[in-house]
Amino acid sequence: MRSLFEKVWDQHVVVAETDETPAILYIDLHLVHEVTSPQAFNLLREVGLPVRRPEQTLATMDHSTPTTPVSSLADLAVVSDTPATRQLVQMEKNCNDFGIKLRGFSSPERGIVHIIGPELGATQPGRTIVCGDSHTSTHGAFGALAFGIGTTEVGHVLATQCMLQRRPKTFAVNLEGSLSAGVTAKDIVLSVIGKTGVDGGTAHAIEYRGSAVGALSMEQRMTICNMAIEGGARAGMFAPDDTTYEYLAGRQYAPSGADWDRALAEWRQLPSDPDARFDKQVTLDVTTMTPMVTFGTNPGMVISIDDPIPSPAGNDKAFAKALNYMQLESGKPLSGTPVDVVFLGSCTNSRLSDLQDAAGLLDGRRIAANVRMLVVPGSQQIKVDAEARGLDEIFKAAGAEWREPGCSMCLAMNGDSVPTGKLAVSTSNRNFEGRQGPGARTVLASPLTAAASALTGTVSDPRQFLD
Amino acid sequence: MDAVTKITARTAVLPLDDIDTDQIIPARYLTTTVREGLGQHLFTDWRYNADGSEVADFILNQPESGGATILVAGRNFGCGSSREHAPWALLDYGFQVVISTEIADIFFHNSLKNGFIPVIVNDEIHRWLLDHPGVEVCVDIDTLALTIPEHEPIPFNIDRFARYCLLNGVDQLGFLREHNDAIDAYETRTR
Repeated sequence: MRSLFEKVWDQHVVVAETDETPAILYIDLHLVHEVTSPQAFNLLREVGLPVRRPEQTLATMDHSTPTTPVSSLADLAVVSDTPATRQLVQMEKNCNDFGIKLRGFSSPERGIVHIIGPELGATQPGRTIVCGDSHTSTHGAFGALAFGIGTTEVGHVLATQCMLQRRPKTFAVNLEGSLSAGVTAKDIVLSVIGKTGVDGGTAHAIEYRGSAVGALSMEQRMTICNMAIEGGARAGMFAPDDTTYEYLAGRQYAPSGADWDRALAEWRQLPSDPDARFDKQVTLDVTTMTPMVTFGTNPGMVISIDDPIPSPAGNDKAFAKALNYMQLESGKPLSGTPVDVVFLGSCTNSRLSDLQDAAGLLDGRRIAANVRMLVVPGSQQIKVDAEARGLDEIFKAAGAEWREPGCSMCLAMNGDSVPTGKLAVSTSNRNFEGRQGPGARTVLASPLTAAASALTGTVSDPRQFLD
Repeated sequence: MDAVTKITARTAVLPLDDIDTDQIIPARYLTTTVREGLGQHLFTDWRYNADGSEVADFILNQPESGGATILVAGRNFGCGSSREHAPWALLDYGFQVVISTEIADIFFHNSLKNGFIPVIVNDEIHRWLLDHPGVEVCVDIDTLALTIPEHEPIPFNIDRFARYCLLNGVDQLGFLREHNDAIDAYETRTR
């Protein structure tokens, strides 16, 4: 009797694992972006190898790209000759040289790699998906086995469509009950990491299961799987169900006609068998969850917005260093702390529903005068969809900036950054020191909490704005 | 990758838990298209003040860290991003080994593929190493033994395949390509 993870793993073993050697695992879909691939393409050139399956390689540019309007890479190359621009030019060359279709600046399909995979229907149940990016775990929302890899492994997959892997252990995260108003998928995953710690999932693949998961949308599942890595697990998965199939039906790369029926029959076999065993388990009640905010410098340093900042256990130097960096004090509430920047975006929370959540709060209101709010849709398609619904006008009328898609201020590689010492409420995934710019202080939160904080100019509970 | 058999060197100690790859090498240095030259940016926001001057009390800026190529770090070293630039930066700076009680998955595997050795020890040995910065340590990949002062040799584990590759300087891509027929057969079977 097997779990979802075990079924997907078993189906992709090319050569079985032994004591002496890891398994050779076949990769169905390889996502590639400009930051972690150049050295891998260099390797292919050195050894004279082609890309084995260009048609199973989905490439875009997201990390180093500006979020101000640029119509083509040629325009950008003229106006700036930064290392970031040269990296983008190199990406275009690499894709051209190796016959990979690139979703570049002029493509209506460009966006954050973990947003466009699902959007195009390339992310499907039962697939193995890798990318030189730790947030590849996002795609597990569809019942795919998806995980981040290093650049050496990017080279392996480009050349052989395979990689060497030892089978991880399995970890069941049981989510029971149903969410209250104002509480979101982001609050679920932050609660899970708060409970299991930033290393609780190390060497494990998570399956999120339990009575709460059926009611979660694909977008919510993606937010949860996205941050599996923040709990140390390379992969997080949800069993596919009707919600998954409805999302996929009709998308560009989704099967159609008789192929769809065949695929559906296979996908329905994927959920864990009733007596599947997991190497470890944890259970959380989502009914009692509240909006969550981080107070420290890793995603495990997280509290309910109702709670005061905790005290360190014993002589915890990292905890003391984190509070010092964040300029926060134990025993004080985080709620009410002045906010300088609000970032709505990233592969965690930049999908249409995230933008709708935030716009719902901002509609007809103005953000605080001292706050800069940046709204960065996850993809060109999301930008178009949001504009068709008038969300851009709501954001602009509220005083926020409406930008082009990309990773942007999540990791501040592209010039969008939080100034030194300033505090940002961010819908992204990492509150590490300097993540959003040197000296930047990050509070991770949901889109609702981010919008509420933008309105008041302080870290704020969104539930006060709900009817 | 060059073969690695045995490393004998002094330690530098960074006792903090959960040191993430954004600290090891911040994202703003990931715009490079080569592997080389990242050592100058290793731990850059801990090593340097905003004006470019050195942070005096940071351990790697102190004279006793000169020549130390074995890093002893707090639990869960290398968490966060998958950037292989992290082990590249550590190696380029001169580090060869990290010792901790726990090392994050992706960083662990990236390290082994570059000949940077992640060594997991128990709490007791870890505590001793944290309390004795600068001691000379020997990491023997052939015998899988860690030798530290005042202790019997301490066994540690490295995956057998990874160890074979380290000892023989084997390129894992070559190993994968030897199985090309099996990959062809898999594709034929599943299409």
